[in-house]
Amino acid sequence: MSAVCGSLSRSRAAVRCLCSRAAAEAHHDVIRPAFPPLQSFSEEESMMRDAVKKFAQERIAPFVSKMDEDSVMDADVISALFEQGLMGIEIGAEYGGTGSSFFSSILVIEELAKVDPSVSVLCDIQNTLINTLLTNLGTEEQKQHYLPRLASDTVGSFCLSESESGSDAFSLKTKAEKHKDYYIINGSKMWISNAEHAGVFLVMANAEPAAGYRGITCFIVDRHTDGLHIGRKENKLGLRASSTCPLTFDNMKVHEKNILGKVGHGYKYAIGMLNGGRIGIAAQMLGLAQGCFDHTVPYTRQRVQFGKRIFDFQGMQHQIAHVATQLEAARLLTYNAARLKEAGRSFIKEACMAKYFSAEVATLTTSKCIEWMGGVGFTKDYPIEKYYRDCKIGAIYEGTTNIQLSTMAKMIDQEYDG
Amino acid sequence: CFAPFLCLRPPQIRVKPDRTGVVTDGVKHSMNPFCEIAVEEAVKLKEKKLVKEVVAVSCGPQQVQETIRTALAMGADRGIHVEVSGKDYETLGPLQVSKIFAALAKKEQADLIILGKQAIDDDCNQTGQMTAALLDWPQGTFASEVTLEADKLKVVREIDGGLETIKIKLPAVVTADLRLNTPRYATLPNIMKAKKKKIVNVKPADLGVDVSSRLEVLKVDEPPQRQSGVKVETVHDLVEKLKEAGRI
Repeated sequence: MSAVCGSLSRSRAAVRCLCSRAAAEAHHDVIRPAFPPLQSFSEEESMMRDAVKKFAQERIAPFVSKMDEDSVMDADVISALFEQGLMGIEIGAEYGGTGSSFFSSILVIEELAKVDPSVSVLCDIQNTLINTLLTNLGTEEQKQHYLPRLASDTVGSFCLSESESGSDAFSLKTKAEKHKDYYIINGSKMWISNAEHAGVFLVMANAEPAAGYRGITCFIVDRHTDGLHIGRKENKLGLRASSTCPLTFDNMKVHEKNILGKVGHGYKYAIGMLNGGRIGIAAQMLGLAQGCFDHTVPYTRQRVQFGKRIFDFQGMQHQIAHVATQLEAARLLTYNAARLKEAGRSFIKEACMAKYFSAEVATLTTSKCIEWMGGVGFTKDYPIEKYYRDCKIGAIYEGTTNIQLSTMAKMIDQEYDG
Repeated sequence: CFAPFLCLRPPQIRVKPDRTGVVTDGVKHSMNPFCEIAVEEAVKLKEKKLVKEVVAVSCGPQQVQETIRTALAMGADRGIHVEVSGKDYETLGPLQVSKIFAALAKKEQADLIILGKQAIDDDCNQTGQMTAALLDWPQGTFASEVTLEADKLKVVREIDGGLETIKIKLPAVVTADLRLNTPRYATLPNIMKAKKKKIVNVKPADLGVDVSSRLEVLKVDEPPQRQSGVKVETVHDLVEKLKEAGRI
């Protein structure tokens, strides 16, 4: 595993983060530190996390409750995310992005989720799905056109799921018919996050239905394209400030130069990118759980019953320690999956584990936190019940828990092939 | 400009068992809020092209570098870390820091020194004033507005009676008060850019400064525990209670 740099007592040479995109760099470090703990960060990563923590507390926290109540993301919050460079974390500086690493994105997503998981998911989708796809697959022209916008003011949406295809993603029915140098797209999508605010949509449509999933193609569609209709957003249990809308494509005309990558390769791109996106969701669930926990423990230290702090009851202590352990495990799974990915090593199984586990831990933590808070945990005056509602989607989106488990099992099976 | 590094107030301050000070081990340290405002003001002056270069300085142990990096991420051009650690750091006070700043100002040929009006850990409110005195420079302290007019600085100061406006010649020392500005967040792209900016290490001895303290802390005590009050029903009861306590 590539060594991660601690911030303080390292010489200049070792301070450069070894987990940059070029894994080859790891072989050229002058000083080889003993294997540092997983929770070690480069100076850059520490600074970013601290900056986002502060920003989230001051610029996002005051709006969280209202955004949840009204089921609307505040426009100022979104522009603030762009201003801070949080929407183009891995986009190179030459395209106007921040020019940092995947692990930095993970830390940002985690910190945002501690304050508002809805804001965190907007940032996660932008960075781990949209930006990644365009950076890895875009032609230079497409990159020049879209990356600067994605880094500075344009939100993106990823459109794969349909009403009849969720986990069975590749049975999608949206069709793209070729006519000379353009395609006519007909169909619909469901559960599209960020759709209310997105300026660009990555739409998965089948350009060769006869070829089954090998016809799935990724199209870049601008918001004001004729034939694109964005439906009314869902009224959800949690993550309410994150817009989730159905889309309809009614003879929508898209030029072939808006195809991302190759025709018929869309399914590969979707899988590849969702593997990394999984780690992002793991970070979101982790942040959600930690944020909830951080609000609750202080209460247990203040609340007195039967003459002592409720924290001091052994029953409470055991439960709290158990949850803290689960949180730590989730954190290590998530960070390790991220470091593996950055090191260019195989990470799919670990990413599944991280996402599955973090979602479970979020459910456990938030449920317990409400209990520990007692009656006040059940009211909207305290932030705990929101975390409880928000966590449930973790076991569902970007690959349900059952899908994660099946994927892991397949890989475990292969591991034992002679 | 100078960005003192200080102990961020932990939720509960505890006096050390030997009563020589408060516990600082394991407490998160960060930039003094008033100094953040000072950094912001300096960066603003640079953005208005009134100032060529902003240098962030901090005195303290290794961790101070993080604070300087934050200043760089806010827009300072380079940093100077004056290394003071261990026992020397524990006894480092405004007088020694002022001597360091004065020496640096001369060495760097600075035209303007901006710092926070006071550090929120010791609340001394002395460094700016002492630095100006050592350099024999004019000072504009508790600044809530700073404007450059030709070769003079117009400073609006917050004083007990209201606001006082003064004009001082450069070079000068300015200390920042709360309402001077709202410090910007270090954006992520700026944090990345800050990585390429230089921080130079310097020792007080290199500047000819003796950091030994002229003060000896005899003891530090916690404030007396606040007694709980008593509720009374009527004004008559209140007067009786006050008489009982010998207050009236």
